[in-house]
Amino acid sequence: MNGQSVTAEEEFSTLPITTNDDVVRARQLVRALAQQAKLSLVDQTKLITAASELARNTLVHGGGGVMRSGLVERGGRRGVTARFEDSGPGIPDLDLALTDGWTSGNGMGLGLSGARRLTDDFTLASKPGAGTTVSITKWVR
Amino acid sequence: MTAERRGSERLVDLLSGQEEKLVGQWIEGVSHTLRGRLSAGELGHELRELYAALVAALRSGEDWRAEAFSEVRALLTELSRNRARQGFTPTETATAVFALKDLLAPSSETAQEDITAYLRLNRLVDALGLFTVETYAKTREEIIGSQAEQLLELSTPVVKLWDGVVAVPLVGTLDSARTQVVMEKLLQTLVDTGSDQAIIDITGVPAVDTEVAQHLLKTVVAARLMGAECTISGIRPQIAQTIVALGIQFGDIVTKATLADALKHALRRLGTENPAVAARSAR
Repeated sequence: MNGQSVTAEEEFSTLPITTNDDVVRARQLVRALAQQAKLSLVDQTKLITAASELARNTLVHGGGGVMRSGLVERGGRRGVTARFEDSGPGIPDLDLALTDGWTSGNGMGLGLSGARRLTDDFTLASKPGAGTTVSITKWVR
Repeated sequence: MTAERRGSERLVDLLSGQEEKLVGQWIEGVSHTLRGRLSAGELGHELRELYAALVAALRSGEDWRAEAFSEVRALLTELSRNRARQGFTPTETATAVFALKDLLAPSSETAQEDITAYLRLNRLVDALGLFTVETYAKTREEIIGSQAEQLLELSTPVVKLWDGVVAVPLVGTLDSARTQVVMEKLLQTLVDTGSDQAIIDITGVPAVDTEVAQHLLKTVVAARLMGAECTISGIRPQIAQTIVALGIQFGDIVTKATLADALKHALRRLGTENPAVAARSAR
């Protein structure tokens, strides 16, 4: 996962995530980007679903935050990336959080691990007490 | 205090002295900004009433929150509510009030006393204008709220497909509030129609994430508790692949690609339980 070599092609847009409606908005924004990048229908749906999971995580576990999303390009391939940032309590045990079925709330415990499987690039950075940042990217095949 | 009193009196004098002329100017100024979207008679009536109430209220002071201004506030509330419902912009609504200032706009020859009166009117009109905008915004929020509620009701029809088979076609985003409505309606319809086969069709749901899946599973479990069999249909290829990647288990819940397949399945289930129904449906 070499998410660092991603070059920003366009100005990323920032969307605050503070209510349930913002989760819907995040989904719509990512959908528009995915269509713009001409991702296949399956990849669009996968990316939108991953964004939906992470946006809800940002809201529910992070206590709200922002989504920064945009089109990216690497080695002539286009892609869509979205970064979810919150300044919530953070994740004490990353491996545990990425375990299928483990949840700190009352969800299914598949959101974070599912989002990793749904996307091509997935980076998770978190420190207890210092918030969480999750980046996902889906590349055009 | 006496100067204060005099200023007030001067303002009332100015406004009531040439009432007909000033009201006429006001109506003309406002109707210009509305570009004929409100009939002249309606607007004239509205503003005339407001003007009279304002002059009457000014006789007892300039505090717009005071009891004397209650009629002015009521008229303004009505005005902004009507404007919000008729689809006027906030600017168009507020301009109706702010245009009052122009009536006493001072020139270089205006007496000091009249300028003071104008400034007093200015302060009052600003407050009333803000009040109008606030009422306007509140009304718009009410409208949006009631529309969202209507949408919630509209978007969840439970239809009877066959004797003993009901279906809910879901369209759009499935959040907790909507799922609650869907579940309640579905379970109630199962009872009302005496059905024991339910189909939830998700063809119109753009993305199934874990929250949506969880809501669906809960609805199915609730239907089962009531003795009904629940099928989920409308699983398109991209949704199926996403569900697999997410790792959601639908367990022993029957899922179908199309509503037609689900109906066929439901009828078969009905038939094995009750041959008479099968005979009827075969005809």
